[in-house]
Amino acid sequence: MAESAASGHSKSSPLKLYFGVWATLLVLTFVTYRVAYLELGPFNSVVALVIASIKATLVALFFMHVWHASEKLTKLVIVAALFFLLLLLGLTMADYATRTWS
Amino acid sequence: MGMPTVVPQQRFERETYLNKEYGIWSWLLTTDHKRIALLYLISITFFFFIGGFFALLIRLELLTPAGDLVQADTYNKLFTQHGMVMVFFFLIPSIPATLGNFLVPMMVGAKDLAFPRINLLSWYLYIIGGIIMLHCMLTGGVDTGWTFYVPFSSNFTNTKFVEAGIAIFIAGFSSILTGLNFVVTIHRMRAPGMTWSRLPLFIWAHYATSIIQLLGTPVVAITIVLVACERALHLGIFDPKLGGDPVLFQHLFWFYSHPAVYIMILPAMGVVTEIIPCFSRKRIFGYQFVALSSIAIAVFGFLVWAHHMFVAGISVYSALVFSFLSYAVALPSAIKVFNWTATLYKGSIRYDAPMLYAFGFLGLFTIGGLSGLFLAALGINVHVTDTYFVVAHFHYIMVGGAVMGYLGGMHFWWPKISGKLYPEGWARLAALIVFIGFNLTFFPQFVLGYLGMPRRYYDYSHMPEFQVLNVLSTAGATVLGVGYLLPMVYFLWSMRYGKPASDNPWNAAGLEWKTASPPPTFNFDEEPVVTWEAYNYDELDAPPQAQEVTVA
Amino acid sequence: MPESTLMGEHRQEQLHPELLHHFADPEQQRNSASLGMWVFLGTEIMFFGGMFCAYLIYRHWYFGDFGAASKSIDATLGATNTAVLICSSLTVVLAVWAAQTARRALLISMLVVTMLFGLAFLGIKGKEYYDKFEEHHVPGASFSFNNVPIPSHPGEYANPRHAQIFFSLYFMMTGIHALHMIIGLGIFSCLLYMACKGHFTPEYHTPVEIGGLYWHFVDIIWIYLFPLLYLIDRHP
Ligand code: HEM
Ligand SMILES: [Cu+2]
Repeated sequence: MAESAASGHSKSSPLKLYFGVWATLLVLTFVTYRVAYLELGPFNSVVALVIASIKATLVALFFMHVWHASEKLTKLVIVAALFFLLLLLGLTMADYATRTWS
Repeated sequence: MGMPTVVPQQRFERETYLNKEYGIWSWLLTTDHKRIALLYLISITFFFFIGGFFALLIRLELLTPAGDLVQADTYNKLFTQHGMVMVFFFLIPSIPATLGNFLVPMMVGAKDLAFPRINLLSWYLYIIGGIIMLHCMLTGGVDTGWTFYVPFSSNFTNTKFVEAGIAIFIAGFSSILTGLNFVVTIHRMRAPGMTWSRLPLFIWAHYATSIIQLLGTPVVAITIVLVACERALHLGIFDPKLGGDPVLFQHLFWFYSHPAVYIMILPAMGVVTEIIPCFSRKRIFGYQFVALSSIAIAVFGFLVWAHHMFVAGISVYSALVFSFLSYAVALPSAIKVFNWTATLYKGSIRYDAPMLYAFGFLGLFTIGGLSGLFLAALGINVHVTDTYFVVAHFHYIMVGGAVMGYLGGMHFWWPKISGKLYPEGWARLAALIVFIGFNLTFFPQFVLGYLGMPRRYYDYSHMPEFQVLNVLSTAGATVLGVGYLLPMVYFLWSMRYGKPASDNPWNAAGLEWKTASPPPTFNFDEEPVVTWEAYNYDELDAPPQAQEVTVA
Repeated sequence: MPESTLMGEHRQEQLHPELLHHFADPEQQRNSASLGMWVFLGTEIMFFGGMFCAYLIYRHWYFGDFGAASKSIDATLGATNTAVLICSSLTVVLAVWAAQTARRALLISMLVVTMLFGLAFLGIKGKEYYDKFEEHHVPGASFSFNNVPIPSHPGEYANPRHAQIFFSLYFMMTGIHALHMIIGLGIFSCLLYMACKGHFTPEYHTPVEIGGLYWHFVDIIWIYLFPLLYLIDRHP
C-alpha cells in the first residue's frame, strides 16, 4: 500500500494510502473495543496496548509523514522523546517493583 | 570581502543593533535576539537582587541562635521565595537566555534565532510568570520550600502555593521555548562550513542544556498542574488519605529537578570553555571529549534523580542503583575539568577578569561536584541529608559554579554586547571579592552540616555552638553582596564612560568576534563562511593580525 | 510579517513573500518550522508522560479498583470519540494534501470538517463528564463509589478512595487532552482564516503541515488514553 510519496513531490496521489490507513485505524478501534469484552486474563491490557501502539505508529508514519517525507532527524527526535519517557516510567517503576523485596 | 579591521574612531556613526532604533517599543516589540538578550539581562538581574534580598534576611536571621528577627513561618517563606526566585527566575534563564540568546546565532553564523517571535514570546512568558511570582510574594508568599513537596503543598500549607505554581509553570514554558529555539537554530541555521565539529563548545553546552529543558521541564510542568489541581479542585493524585503516594511526586519532581541543575551548570561550563582557551592562547584540549561530555551530562543527568530521595522511602535496590548512577554522572563532569586543566597546561595565561572568574569556577565547581559524590554515597547521605552540607554542596555548584561562569561570561562578552570596555582593575577586584565572599559564606556551611545543623531551621538556640560558623557565613554573604553589586555598577558606568571596544579586544577565536562591537542588527555584514577549526589560537597568534582575513 | 521588510535579500523577498528575513531560503524556513514542531511534540510526550507515569504506578498498586472504576465509564462513548478523532486525522491529512496540490476549496472544507469533528469530540466528552457528575464520580466532597464490584474478583468491592485516584487521573488526563483539542481548534481557526485569505500555495503551506502534526499528535495521545481509561477490565 505504500506506493507513493506523501510529500507532494511525487506525481502519484497518496489518497489511496490515506484512506487505507484511515480504514485500518477504524477497524483496529473496533477490534480493540470488542476484544476488551473477552476474558483474556492479563492479556487484555497487553492486547489493548499493542493495538494502541500499532494505531499510533500508523498515524505517525503515514499521517504525519514520518515514513516518506521526513529526514533522520525527525525520527531521532521521536526516538529520543520516547527513550526519555521510558526512562521516566522504567526507573520509577523499578522503585515500586522492588520496594517489597527484602 | 573580508571583515574590515575597523578604526575605532569611526565607529560611532556605524549602525548597530543598539542605535538602529530608539524608543521603548523598539525594545518591547523587538525580535532581534540581541535586544531580547538584553531584556532578559535586565529582568534576571532584577530577580537576582530580589532573591538576594531574601538571602540577606535569611543570613541575618541566622546571625544569632535565637529566632529573633523573623517568626518561623516568615522564615519558611523567606527561604522558599529565595529558592524559587533564584532557581526559576534567575539561574535557569541566566546564561541561556542572556549570553546564549545573544551568542548562539552569532556563534553559528546566523542572522537570528530560528524563531525570533517565539523568542520574544519566551521573554513575555518569563515576565508574566515573574509578575505573578512578585504578586504572590507581595500578597503573602509561599512556605513550601522551592521543592514544594506534597502533601504539605497540596493539602496543608495555608499560603499561596497555586499562584506560585502558576508562576513557575509559565516561566517553565519560557524556558522550553528558549531551548526549542536553540535546538532548531543549531540544527538549521549554521553558516556554510560551520560543521558540528567546528562549533564552539559553548554551542555544544547550550545544545545539551536545551535537550534537558525540552525533555525535563514538561514533566515538572505537569507535576505542578497535578499538585495545583489537587489543592484547588480536591483531586487526589498524591494524597496519602486516598492511598496516593507522596513519593511519586518526588519522583516526578526530581526527574526534572536533578537534570535542571545541569540546565544551570552546563551553560556555565560552556562559558568557561570559551574563556580558558582564549586566555591561555591554546586550542581546547580534547575538543570531542568536551563536546560529547556535554551531551553525556544531559543524558546521564536523567538517570540519577532518586539520589534526592534516599531517605524518602524508595526501595533499597533502587537507592543502590541510583547511587551508582550518580557516580557515573560525575564522570563527564570530571572529563571536562581534566580537559580545562590540560588546556591551561603550558599555556601563556593572562589573568584578566574573565579568566579570574573561570578559575573561580574551576575550583568551586570541583568542590561542589565532589561534595555531590559524598552525598551520593548512601551511607554518608543518611547523615548529612537535609543539613547545611547539602546547602553548601549546591551553592558551591550553583553560585560558585554557575554564577561565576555567568559573571565570567558577562565580562568576556561585555565589549561585544555594549561596544565598551569595562574597567579591568575594578573587575579583577570584584572577581576577588566574589571569590573570597563566596567561600566565607559557604565553606562554613559544609562544616555546619557535617556537625549536624539541619537546613531550613530559623532557630538554633538549642545548639548555640553553631553560632561562630553562622556569623562567618553571614559576614561572607555581606562581602559577596558587595562583590555582586560592583559589576552591576561598573557595567552601567562603562556603557556611558567606558572606552570603546575594538571588534575583538581579547583577540579571541569565534565568529562573534569577527563582526563589529556592538554587532549590526543582522550580526554580520556578509554571510560568514567558516574554513577553520574552533579555537584556532595557534593560527590566530602566528601571523600578524592584519593578515587575518579569512571570512567569506 | 513585521520584520520581513527590515532588510535582507530583496530578490528572495519578491520571489517568496512568506520568507522571513533571517532565513537563507524557503527550504531552510520550512525545515526549521517542521523541526520546531517535532521538538515541541517531543516535549508534549514528556508532558503527558508525567501523568502516564502516575497512572502506571497506581494501576499497578490498585489493580482491581482501577478496573472497577474504569468499568463505570461508558466505553461506547469512548470508542465513538476514538472514531471521531481518527476521522478528523484523515481530514487533516487531506487538508495538507489539498494545500500541497493547490485545491483551495478542498483545503477549506477539510479544515472546516476537521474542526467539526473536534467539536463533536468535545461534545461527546462533555456528555461523558456530565454522566460522571450525575453519578458522583467527580473527586471531591460529594464523591461516592460504594459497593462497586471488582471485575473478575467475585465478592470483592472497590475501595472508593482508590477509585477516587483513578477518577482524578481520568479527569486530569482527559481534561488536559481536551485542552489540547481546544488549542487545536484555535490553531485550525487561524489556518482556516489564512486559507480563506489565500495565503497557502503548493510552495508555501508550512502552517497547515505543522498544524496538522499537532492535531495528529493529540490524536495519538487519545489512542493511548482510550484503552488505558476505558477498556481495562471490561470483560465480565
Ligand atoms: C557531580 C554530580 C553531582 C552529584 C553526584 C550530586 C549529588 C547530590 C545529592 C546526592 C544530593 C542530595 C542531597 C540530599 O538532599 O541528601 C544533591 C542535592 C542537590 N544538588 Fe547535587 N550533585 C551533583 C551535581 C550537582 C549540580 C551540578 C548541581 C547544580 C547546578 C547540584 C545541585 C543540587 C541541589 C540544588 C541539591 C539540593 C536539592 C534540595 O534538596 O533542595 N548538584 N546533589
Ligand atoms: Cu541531583
